[in-house]
Amino acid sequence: MKNTALSHIHEQLGAKMVPFAGYNMPVSYEGVNAEHETVRKNVGVFDVSHMGEFLITGPNALDLLQKVCSNDISKIVDGQAQYNCMPNETGGIVDDLIVYKFEDGKYLLVVNASNIDKDWEWISKHNTMGAEMRNLSDDYSLLAIQGPKAVEAMQSLTSEDLSAIKFYHFKVADFAGIAHVIISATGYTGSGGFEIYCKNSEVEQVWNKVMEAGKNFGIRPIGLAARDTLRLEMGFCLYGNDINDTTSPLEAGLGWITKFTKDFINSENLKKQKEEGVKRKLIGFELKERGIPRHDYEIVDKDGKNIGIVTSGTMAPSLNKGIGLGYVTTENSAPGSEIFIQIRNKPVAATVVKTPFYKG
Amino acid sequence: MNVPSNLKYTKDHEWVLIEGDTATIGVTDFAQGELGDIVYVEVETVGDTMEKNEVFGTVEAVKTVSDLFLPLSGEIIEFNESLESEPEKVNSDAYGEGWMIKMKFSNPDEIAELLDDAAYKALIGG
Repeated sequence: MKNTALSHIHEQLGAKMVPFAGYNMPVSYEGVNAEHETVRKNVGVFDVSHMGEFLITGPNALDLLQKVCSNDISKIVDGQAQYNCMPNETGGIVDDLIVYKFEDGKYLLVVNASNIDKDWEWISKHNTMGAEMRNLSDDYSLLAIQGPKAVEAMQSLTSEDLSAIKFYHFKVADFAGIAHVIISATGYTGSGGFEIYCKNSEVEQVWNKVMEAGKNFGIRPIGLAARDTLRLEMGFCLYGNDINDTTSPLEAGLGWITKFTKDFINSENLKKQKEEGVKRKLIGFELKERGIPRHDYEIVDKDGKNIGIVTSGTMAPSLNKGIGLGYVTTENSAPGSEIFIQIRNKPVAATVVKTPFYKG
Repeated sequence: MNVPSNLKYTKDHEWVLIEGDTATIGVTDFAQGELGDIVYVEVETVGDTMEKNEVFGTVEAVKTVSDLFLPLSGEIIEFNESLESEPEKVNSDAYGEGWMIKMKFSNPDEIAELLDDAAYKALIGG
């Protein structure tokens, strides 16, 4: 099992550590509910250095990315980031990722930790145009500084005007005494903030300065458990739960990042699927009664007939009710539809709702 | 790790307080720490007579769900209903206000099969 450059700090802070995607990661420090609230109300910092980073460069970089990614990367400008997925050839998804454009011929891909090897092989296999590829995953760390006070709390650490970085844009600038750090206005929580990419050798200094600068703003370290409840309240997909090698981006509600203005892997079949309509859809639902939906619980209709499956579920700390994502047949997918979640053989009534569940 | 010596324990991380023919049952401090924030304790077996090791309820934490196993055979006579509105008591006071059920046990011989505090400490590596 791998450590991040900060695993020893998490252990010193008393974090509960768990193996996740081959890394020894902090799952919680003081408790998931308190950590969740810190991010919703103040600011929290996550070590998410397990995430993978690939640098794709050269005159053919864009061609390669346009082929493997579903979104149209020709639409982003220097200093902009874009949410994306990589469709496979059989209707599913290899991974979801963020593509950062530094300049023409220089892109950074940030992928899920559990998929680093699979993604690297997949992109390499399709790199028939000779783009240059470097896997930086073992050399780079990633801190997510998230929450409504993130801008104010972190401003003293950089000469860059943080409030001027627009959502899904980034700057390469000085941060916490380190030159050339990527400061990206992205995140997986719905509460605003930044993601900071730096070298492993620099991250301890960055972490310490972030904690120091955030002290008066109530900054706390946040574990993976709260990362999951925060993303789920926003209805953000988690690869391995809500999307995988067998779920189509159109079924998953990722039509907005699936652009048929260009060709990409499996675009013909996905275009056909879009025209014909999907048979099942990923939906958000809220329980009407007490209970907590969990991954793999069955979804049934009022007659007890199977209509789908839960892919993610939790008690939503900000809403204090059971929420989840799951696939249901298209005829049961409209917001307002009544569905039932089989919780230990008991059908519990739920309503299909539009995400995000948490609206700030 | 907090493991009071007046209690008996199970390998499923439950504690048992024996008083006469009644047993009070909850989950251990170690268990609540492993589960994380507890949001829901479901016990719908009050009045039932059950065998040792049968599932008498469930405890739901934010991140996980776990079955509760009856440590002794007998009748479940009471559920700690304050947990309906304050399940977090299991986290804050696992051996006190976080108790889950009371039961009348039917076979006192089963008590000898429970772990004492030293054996439970050894089990959890503490």
